[in-house]
Amino acid sequence: MSKQITIPFGPQHPVLPEPIHLDLVLEDEKVVEAIPTIGYIHRGLEKLVEKREYTEYVHIAERICGICSFIHGSTYVQAVETVMGIEVPERALYLRTIWSEYSRMHSHLLWLGLFADSLGFENLFMQSWRLREHILDDLEATTGGRVIQGACKVGGVRRDIDNKKLGEMVTGLEELETEIRELNKVFFNDSSILHRTKGVGIIMEKDAYELGAVGPTGRGSGIAQDARMLGYAAYDQIHFKPVVETGGDCYARCVVRGRELHTSIDIIRQAVNKIPDGPVEVKVTGTPNGEYWARAEQPRGEVIHYVKGNGTRHLLRHRVRTPTFANIPFLVKALAGCQLADVPVIVLSIDPCIGCAER
Amino acid sequence: MKTEEQPIIPTGIPDLIPGVSALKNEGYRLVAISTTKLGEIFQVDYSFDLNFSFRTLRLLVPQGITLPSITGIYWAAFPYENEIHDLFGIMVTDIAVDFKGTFIKTAIQFPFSVNTDKPEEDVCQNK
Repeated sequence: MSKQITIPFGPQHPVLPEPIHLDLVLEDEKVVEAIPTIGYIHRGLEKLVEKREYTEYVHIAERICGICSFIHGSTYVQAVETVMGIEVPERALYLRTIWSEYSRMHSHLLWLGLFADSLGFENLFMQSWRLREHILDDLEATTGGRVIQGACKVGGVRRDIDNKKLGEMVTGLEELETEIRELNKVFFNDSSILHRTKGVGIIMEKDAYELGAVGPTGRGSGIAQDARMLGYAAYDQIHFKPVVETGGDCYARCVVRGRELHTSIDIIRQAVNKIPDGPVEVKVTGTPNGEYWARAEQPRGEVIHYVKGNGTRHLLRHRVRTPTFANIPFLVKALAGCQLADVPVIVLSIDPCIGCAER
Repeated sequence: MKTEEQPIIPTGIPDLIPGVSALKNEGYRLVAISTTKLGEIFQVDYSFDLNFSFRTLRLLVPQGITLPSITGIYWAAFPYENEIHDLFGIMVTDIAVDFKGTFIKTAIQFPFSVNTDKPEEDVCQNK
């Protein structure tokens, strides 16, 4: 057996947009153990719920993350609305569904670009982010925000989208889909990508399930689990199947995200066809008294917003379990046995969001 | 919009490991371990899911108590158990990957274990 050495990976590393530290225990070039450390950007946002009124707190929930901001906001309000028994207007639920899928596309295209960058494929990185601009433009046009949308509120949404604009959005997405198809051809077939991702960081279905893997990370290992199947927002009115791959490697996780772009476009198309006319918010009175774990499918997987109220305007507790936090054990196991050169690709393959994980 | 039934099963510390083992044997996955401070008491929730059936084992424990780790049953519980120690100061014994208080680095020790004064003088906008 070779002598073991431990080298640090992160918290600052060219491939990491956010800080996580790994102590990598190596034998020659092989990783035998990876020990993660987080806590570099812990903000204690959950504690702020004790200082902010439950209606105001949605602005903080949205700021947990700059990528899946909208879904953090919508899941938080979903939890509060369930506790308070608020009937949210149908049109607002459809709008939440549409913006959620836009968020997913924005996140997946961002990730595809970063993944290409981690492989040194700069042109593909730029192509992915060029397509992402279309999504950001639509988010800005309909909510006013490219990063933080600020569109959700307890009882509905703050803005409506007129039916003409909704039609234009679908037309724009159908044109974009042609370009996404071309982009995916490269991600799915290019020999340099296959060389760096096939058979790398393998975790198969049984192990991934026991490790609690969620989202594209779990679905890349064959777990057919997608929180949208719970039927929150307007997903109970939409037909879709979770995208599942069985390879369990970095390639499978990449393919899941590439294919999910098409699923998102299809969901938006269905939602625009079915969205009813009507109000987009109801007046909210009273205070939350009770508890609920709201679950939703973020781009990175299942997110949980737990709220507990005692009948006052300040919640007793808001706890967020983010998908990255749930996927840390998966990452630790996927790194064990890999080559040192593959560490950046495997870390990127779970799409880590440390800002989310630390709140 | 659909909402979920979410049964909560009150559990004592001696029943925790057998309860978690039973759920593991039924095929449940660990979803989260969450802690809430209720005055001088901690509410520790172990949440599980099987095919979108969500359930929670709930412990109510006083400050200073030590909990057994469930990482012998669900190895993936180690981030949650380190988190409840680092944020709430609840001791957990025999965690499979024990960071001994260095998993989440905070300027204030056990920041979520303190009670916050609430700005009760504020006027509620939703009355």
